[in-house]
Amino acid sequence: MAPVRPNDNGRASGFGPRASRRLCVILVITVLLLAAGPATAKDLDARAAAIAARLRCPVCQNESVADSPAELAAQMRMLIREKLAAGETDKQIVDYFVSKYGEWILLEPPRRGLLWIVWLAPAVALLAGGYIARSYLRRAVRSSNKLEQ
Amino acid sequence: MAVAPQVKSSRPLVWTGVAAAAIAAAILLVLVFGLQRDPRAIPSPLVGRQAPGFILPLFDGGTLDTRALHGKIVVVNFWASWCFPACYEEAPHLQRIWERYRGRGVTVVGVNIQDQDKPAREFLDRFRQTFPNGMDPSGKISIDYGVYGVPETFVVDRAGRIVAKHTGAVTKDQLASKIEALLRGGAGAP
Repeated sequence: MAPVRPNDNGRASGFGPRASRRLCVILVITVLLLAAGPATAKDLDARAAAIAARLRCPVCQNESVADSPAELAAQMRMLIREKLAAGETDKQIVDYFVSKYGEWILLEPPRRGLLWIVWLAPAVALLAGGYIARSYLRRAVRSSNKLEQ
Repeated sequence: MAVAPQVKSSRPLVWTGVAAAAIAAAILLVLVFGLQRDPRAIPSPLVGRQAPGFILPLFDGGTLDTRALHGKIVVVNFWASWCFPACYEEAPHLQRIWERYRGRGVTVVGVNIQDQDKPAREFLDRFRQTFPNGMDPSGKISIDYGVYGVPETFVVDRAGRIVAKHTGAVTKDQLASKIEALLRGGAGAP
């Protein structure tokens, strides 16, 4: 094997320790970039799916854009993906669909004004049911105790 | 002695009954109100707002840029060849409106959605439609107009504002009354 000769600058040509270090750095960067590509795509896919799950499919009966096999839902999913790739935030995208279809497009009603009734009614009903059941049971226990006496 | 506790215990029972009746009445009211509404009728937030612009590749070649239609009254119709019978019913009406008003600053634009090229072209041939018509394969135009089904028709005034949205088959009389009102009203409303 021919010895590595110093070049005009006095530096060794070929794969010296500096060159191999540089190569390592390039390799690491390449690997990181390659890994980051699919990761970003995955992240966008997850965000797109989460947004689609919040939107009602306009041509279905109570089905989300994420779940529906309808063509319009597929087009909406594609549009969400494109908007995310273009750098729009989740809120901007949801607001876009609300501006086109109204709040009807949201599967979950917004938490404000009279719409709080929708959110609070189940809890209130549960508490009221619990209270009624408790008083009924108390009365039943009391009357059975009396009968025993 | 035995009477007093009985009276005491029946009071909460009465209140519970009243509360239950009130809740039942409220639920009944909501149901009566809700059942009278058409679950498929979605109010469009776009009426009264500026119509989204678009560039539409046309079936007969070329493209239509809605910016070129500024100052005109525009009828935008979303349709599909599989949409039977509504799209088939309204197709002759749209052609009639185009023929009647094209010389008076009115344009009809057909936007074909969720369809395929061949049946869409067959539809156009069948109804001899001559107004600008093109396909929106990505659905971007229809989503921009908040379309949720076919057919849907929007009437846009000379200022580019959506003044009406019609869901289902539209007739020439319905369109003519809107267009006549806009023609009478000058550049603006009704």
